[in-house]
Amino acid sequence: MIKKFDKKDEESGSGSNPFQHLEKSAVLQEARIFNETPINPRRCLHILTKIIYLLNQGEHFGTTEATEAFFAMTRLFQSNDQTLRRMCYLTIKEMANISEDVIIVTSSLTKDMTGKEDVYRGPAIRALCRITDTTMLQAIERYMKQAIVDKVPSVSSSALVSSLHMVKMSYDVVKRWVNEAQEAASSDNIMVQYHALGLLYHLRKNDRLAVTKMLNKFTKSGLKSPFAYCMLIRIASKLLDETEGGHDSPLFDFIESCLRNKNEMVVYEAASAIVHMPHCTARELAPAVSVLQLFCSSPKAALRYAAVRTLNKVAMKHPSAVTACNLDLENLITDSNRSIATLAITTLLKTGSESSVDRLMKQISSFVSEISDEFKVVVVQAISALCQKYPRKHSVMMNFLSNMLRDDGGFEYKRAIVDCIISIIEENPESKETGLAHLCEFIEDCEHTVLATKILHLLGKEGPRTPQPSKYIRFIFNRVVLESEAVRAAAVSALAKFGAQNDDLLPSVLVLMQRCMMDSDDEVRDRATFYMNVLQQKQKALNAAYIFNGLSVSIPGLEKSLHQYTLDPSEKPFDMKTVPLATTPITEQKTEIAPIATSKLPEKLAPSRQDIYQEQLASIPEFQGLGPLFKSSEPVQLTEAETEYVVRCIKHTFARHMVFQFDCTNTLNDQLLQKVMVQMEPSEAYEVIHYVPALSLPYSQPGSCYTLIRLPDDDPTAVSCTFSCTMKYLVRDCDPNTGEPDDDGYDDEYVLEDLEVTVADHIQKVLKPNFGAAWEEVGDENEKEETFALASVRTLDEAVGNIISFLGMQPCERSDKVPENKNSHVLFLAGVFRGGHDVLVRARLALADGVTMQVTVRSSEETVVDVILASVG
Amino acid sequence: MDSTSLEPSLYTVKAVFILDNDGNRLLSKYYDPELYPSMKEQKNFEKNVFNKTHKADNEIAFLEGMTIVYKSSIDLFFYVVGSAQENELMLMSVLNCLFDSLSQILRKNVERRCLLENMEGVFLVVDEIIDGGVILESDPQQVLQKINYRADDNPLSEQTVAQVLQSAKEQIKWSILK
Repeated sequence: MIKKFDKKDEESGSGSNPFQHLEKSAVLQEARIFNETPINPRRCLHILTKIIYLLNQGEHFGTTEATEAFFAMTRLFQSNDQTLRRMCYLTIKEMANISEDVIIVTSSLTKDMTGKEDVYRGPAIRALCRITDTTMLQAIERYMKQAIVDKVPSVSSSALVSSLHMVKMSYDVVKRWVNEAQEAASSDNIMVQYHALGLLYHLRKNDRLAVTKMLNKFTKSGLKSPFAYCMLIRIASKLLDETEGGHDSPLFDFIESCLRNKNEMVVYEAASAIVHMPHCTARELAPAVSVLQLFCSSPKAALRYAAVRTLNKVAMKHPSAVTACNLDLENLITDSNRSIATLAITTLLKTGSESSVDRLMKQISSFVSEISDEFKVVVVQAISALCQKYPRKHSVMMNFLSNMLRDDGGFEYKRAIVDCIISIIEENPESKETGLAHLCEFIEDCEHTVLATKILHLLGKEGPRTPQPSKYIRFIFNRVVLESEAVRAAAVSALAKFGAQNDDLLPSVLVLMQRCMMDSDDEVRDRATFYMNVLQQKQKALNAAYIFNGLSVSIPGLEKSLHQYTLDPSEKPFDMKTVPLATTPITEQKTEIAPIATSKLPEKLAPSRQDIYQEQLASIPEFQGLGPLFKSSEPVQLTEAETEYVVRCIKHTFARHMVFQFDCTNTLNDQLLQKVMVQMEPSEAYEVIHYVPALSLPYSQPGSCYTLIRLPDDDPTAVSCTFSCTMKYLVRDCDPNTGEPDDDGYDDEYVLEDLEVTVADHIQKVLKPNFGAAWEEVGDENEKEETFALASVRTLDEAVGNIISFLGMQPCERSDKVPENKNSHVLFLAGVFRGGHDVLVRARLALADGVTMQVTVRSSEETVVDVILASVG
Repeated sequence: MDSTSLEPSLYTVKAVFILDNDGNRLLSKYYDPELYPSMKEQKNFEKNVFNKTHKADNEIAFLEGMTIVYKSSIDLFFYVVGSAQENELMLMSVLNCLFDSLSQILRKNVERRCLLENMEGVFLVVDEIIDGGVILESDPQQVLQKINYRADDNPLSEQTVAQVLQSAKEQIKWSILK
């Protein structure tokens, strides 16, 4: 029997599947007929199909059995049946990774690849390249070069695509085929053109000049393939982005000209490229938007989807540019494809007027349950943006969100809603109580630990400051009774905050704490005991330090320091001040509304930038003994963007020293730099102690050199300094192609821009969630106050921005946002000064013909207060 | 749906699969080793996609951060998956090419039984349209020309008596020769 269809099976309806009850062992048994002579093509074909089908279903083949079947299969090359041969190629590809010694078919495949049968040649090349490794590649190189320029399109395409796959494995060999690929790119066949372009770009993408040349050539000569056009558009927009080319560049003209291409695919690609360009003005967007508008009424769902999705993106940045499409979008809100309808509505929410909000919200609630979670998140984000735009609508939104919160949905979806509600609460104080009430209701039945702890934390922060804090206690304590350990622990922390803030609740909180101390989990018990003891002291400073404002050290840093401490036991107690501070405190600012964040990146605790630097610096012997790294600045450019050498500097501050890290890149391909260092001339009493040169700086490979300076001990107020910098090095000319340097070199130097050290380099940002408590904790022992007039500043916003960036401190209590139409504002800043002294700044600003500022500084150390005031003045 | 633009590359297709009307996999190929590396994740993804798409024939969907274009015919569902930033129309052209090519080799009987009977042809078609995630061909006529495959002219059930006898004779002959 050749094709077995059980009659019974067939009658039983659609359940018939000739492959349904395949057993791997039986199929492998059958595969023995491959060895029969003469070969029965049809039977063999059927068995090969079964094998591939099984592999496709995820059946696991052991190495031995796979190898056995593979070797048997090789005999089938004797048959001249076309389909059978093609199936052999497929089997080879499928088994390439599971069978051993697959290379034994190399010669058969090489024969087919160079043979007369055109139908075999393409697939044979693809199968051959799948089993070839780096060592074998040399042997077939000649054939590959020939195949790339072969006049049969399928052969050429196959060779080009296979070459592309092999670039990952052996870039150097494939690179030698550039000329052949170049020739193939001028082929008449549209697919060959596309594949050649793809390969060429892949080989040249690191060489910007070559890419530019290639683009010039193809944009002028014109291509036939729409795919190739799409590829060109992508390359052009990437290049524009990298070179920050203005929109008068010929590349932009090219992309814009593609809007008039006759193929929709190309037109859409061009429109999408323009929309995604940063800094695009409304005028430049207009042509792209109008083609997208046309697509909105296309009968093809995919095209409508693509258009409305792209318009949605435009609306995020330039809502006014999309208003012209409002009518077309209105037609899409009843589209049978719910994805399209959702995107249309969320776009309209961004572009429409306040009056249409209610109607649109009603429309969307009618089908919100039908759409996928991804799009529900889109809806939530649109609402979140809307709340910022029309704060008065928050009650409608809050209602809608709370309904969504009650529906089923995955974690991402729920998180988006919770984030949105939290942001509304933060933006509109009057919505705080309703928002908190919805969230309380949500955690009553919430399966996501992360969300429950997040909400409990928020309740702890906001709840005690509401008019009726007592009503939240019940919700929080319910968690202690019902939930998992992590949630219980979070609930205990939240309870403690109520106790610390509200004296009249304290007795009841203490009773509840007492109960928590009998919890079965260690963490919960520990927290309860700790808070119990702190609360019983009834001291404001203790409450502030241990309940409201937690630790501000970097967690990986703390882990490392503690580990170090246990390795090297000493009598001294562990000093928290030796632990590096967290560099990026959880900002109070509302997170940017990412355009449909669906990144699947696991949110693990990645070591922060500063932890990486700490590690790098510690590995350099000269810098050992400097103590923990206190702060690393953002990189400062010391050269213009397009110069021979690109240098940027990162300032690392330690307790008594600073290390300047110079990241240098050599952009001359005919030079090799050696012994590169940056000589620094300080303007103040700073002392250069040591230079660590970068030994060698080949073309386009960044390297770092360091300069170590000592901060002046005798004058702690000398915090700012200007350094004039000169880069010194030994130049060895070299061959641009091989990179082979000449034997001798000569010394040379290059003047860099001056480097400034300011007060901000000495202060690390620290977030105090409860500024008032922290202010009391530090006390007025070292308080100083001074008044300044900022004559050049016109608005409060500007003044706030200037002060923050000048002092480099963290704004607290959302005080960095100046409410509209106000003439005065109070800014709270917190930080830690080098050496571990807390410093808090309260700046009262008044606007009246320039800004008047009264600065009050508190710190645990008097000199720090002086430093700050001196630097402001 | 990240706003970052796409790295120019030929690797357009992340996955392609054909499911039956119960959501069972008949054929599926994943081209990005980082996307659903294990069989369990793949089947789970297929299940999710199927659940979201089989009720309404909407042509395009967005799930788990992937753009999915699809098409159904009688008791079959064809899916082509690309990244969120991918040009939807490119994915559509792959899907259309796949569907039209199969429709031709199956003589317009694009249904489960017929497809399974010609599984080798289906494997070959997919292989000619996409190679490792790169669109190799998007013109159904070219695909057909390259694979040179037709569905069986004479499915066994419709063979004439003479042919059946003939094939029986052949088989007996071979069994004796063995």
